[in-house]
Amino acid sequence: MAAEQMLPFEKPISDLREKIATLKTLAESNGMDFSEEIARLEEKCKQMEEELYNELSPAQKMHIARLHQRPTSLDFIHAVFTDFMELHGDRLFADDLAIVGGLAKLNGLPVTVIGHQRGKDTKDNIARFFGSPHPEGFRKALRLMQQANKFNRPIITLIDTKGAYPGNTAEERGQSEAIARNLREMAGFGVPIICIVIGEGGSGGALALGVGNRVLMLENAIYSAISPNGAASILWKDATKADIAAEAMKITAKDLLEFEVIEDIIEEPQGGAHKDLAFTAERLKEKLWKHLAELLPMTSEQLIEDRYNKFRKIGEFRMAEAASKEIPEEVAEEPGAEASEMTESAKV
Amino acid sequence: MQIKDLFSKKKYATIPSERPKRDIPEGLMNKCSKCGTIQYSKELDKNLKVCSSCGHHYRLSAWERIGMTLDDGRLYEYDAEMESVDPLEFPGYKGKLEQQRQKNPNLRDAVVTGEGAINGLPVVVAVMSFDFFSGSMGSVVGEKITRAIEAAHEKKLPMLIFSTSGGARMQESILSLMQMAKTSAALSKFQGAGGLFISVFTDPTMGGVSASFASLGDYNLAEPGALVGFAGRIVIEQTIRQKLPDNFQTAEFNMQHGQLDLVVHRKDMKTTIGKLLDMHTVREGLSHGG
Repeated sequence: MAAEQMLPFEKPISDLREKIATLKTLAESNGMDFSEEIARLEEKCKQMEEELYNELSPAQKMHIARLHQRPTSLDFIHAVFTDFMELHGDRLFADDLAIVGGLAKLNGLPVTVIGHQRGKDTKDNIARFFGSPHPEGFRKALRLMQQANKFNRPIITLIDTKGAYPGNTAEERGQSEAIARNLREMAGFGVPIICIVIGEGGSGGALALGVGNRVLMLENAIYSAISPNGAASILWKDATKADIAAEAMKITAKDLLEFEVIEDIIEEPQGGAHKDLAFTAERLKEKLWKHLAELLPMTSEQLIEDRYNKFRKIGEFRMAEAASKEIPEEVAEEPGAEASEMTESAKV
Repeated sequence: MQIKDLFSKKKYATIPSERPKRDIPEGLMNKCSKCGTIQYSKELDKNLKVCSSCGHHYRLSAWERIGMTLDDGRLYEYDAEMESVDPLEFPGYKGKLEQQRQKNPNLRDAVVTGEGAINGLPVVVAVMSFDFFSGSMGSVVGEKITRAIEAAHEKKLPMLIFSTSGGARMQESILSLMQMAKTSAALSKFQGAGGLFISVFTDPTMGGVSASFASLGDYNLAEPGALVGFAGRIVIEQTIRQKLPDNFQTAEFNMQHGQLDLVVHRKDMKTTIGKLLDMHTVREGLSHGG
């Protein structure tokens, strides 16, 4: 418990737990009977926990999703799959450790599993760029997915990244192109693809592993176009207002289910996945298998169509009144616009 | 009078300085943001909004671009009436949208789509405008571009996109992000069926637009000096704690690093696209446009 990272909003509970512990030692050393008091406090503690964890705010979930001790892709790969064989490299430039992937079996069925990989400690984090891939990471993922497509294996991806690595080396090697290509190629694979956001799903770097027939999220995971910190610094020139941005941006699994961006939510134990990896992995495996079982009977064409339709329908807009039809004329009549080519263009 | 009053602060009169004013009556003259050269707006327009002194390509609005690119500047516009809503009920978004529409009376969002011709060859086009909400991609931009790609697919026409964008429209967060997947999936179908897609990067094309449809052209062109990249310079400088070279992420930089087919001067853009279209046109009634 001591080594565990404590979140500020969990402090009242940990304070109470400490109080109970002190009381217990006091009771032992003094031989006094506080058992009634202790029982009462423990009951209260339980109640506080329930209240807190059942009503977590988006910002609190964001903090849980980012916890250092939250299970990573490799933790889930080892807990959910068997016979994992990691494969390396993009065959073009390097082996980006911010993404791991390879072959594994799910309930005996061979699959390709790929995920963003954060580090376990500082040294590991530096080697893995804190789970933020370079183009070679996305290209490694693509290579493994193409391989899966060729051998007709389902593809499972685990999403957990703050975003693609923002560095000059990444730009030079075509970060944009690498992400874009993954989006297009994933749309065209004739095998089932299931994507699971296990921690933080940040921006294009997350989506580059995210074009699936089904997209699932762990209960406390978050997923957004820009990190709440980034949004806060753009909107209010203050990155410390990330908590406020998190509330506004609709980043939680519940929100995304409502927007039909994801299909299902995977339950976490009280307090978050890190409290009980085995429990979370079991829930993840159940949901994963349920959705995969629905996809396995489908033909390649059906899978591609199903995936297309999933993304095709996302987006909200409206058609304004016919007023827009006048717009080109307005431009044409604008004083000073003269008979330039520009106004010609407006005359539809 | 006391002694200390002798040392009190004197009051000075201020005379307004007569420094040469750099402001020029709006509309008549233009000052190049690169080299500072001042030129008549009319001259600049005639020069396709390229600085005659340093070659800097001014940013164009969607309609200006259409006027320069399509035959007779004519566009049969698609989905002209589509406009953004506020699906996340994001603080301040509705007001900002209204402000942007007022600022750009001839635009409803950051992209104009439709059909036209280049050197007599029909083409479906999507042209983005940086003026509108920094060209950011929300649901409307994603939907209009997807519909345009689907139209090109159905009509067996080539697809041409001029991109310019600051990236995702964060007020639509996840819905904005998903437009990257939606547009790319549409291209997967279209290009998979043999469709031709010419992508032109214009200044600037960053983030979610650069990392989706804009980078997926069968041919990727860019205007000189256009800023093209995923992450912004400031973010990168903070990450690597180093100053980046001046030419970082310019079109020329990208071409040097193998990310572009061609950097094309604005005056040659139409001809170049026309040539590409011609190369993909099968004559004698066998035209398939791609």
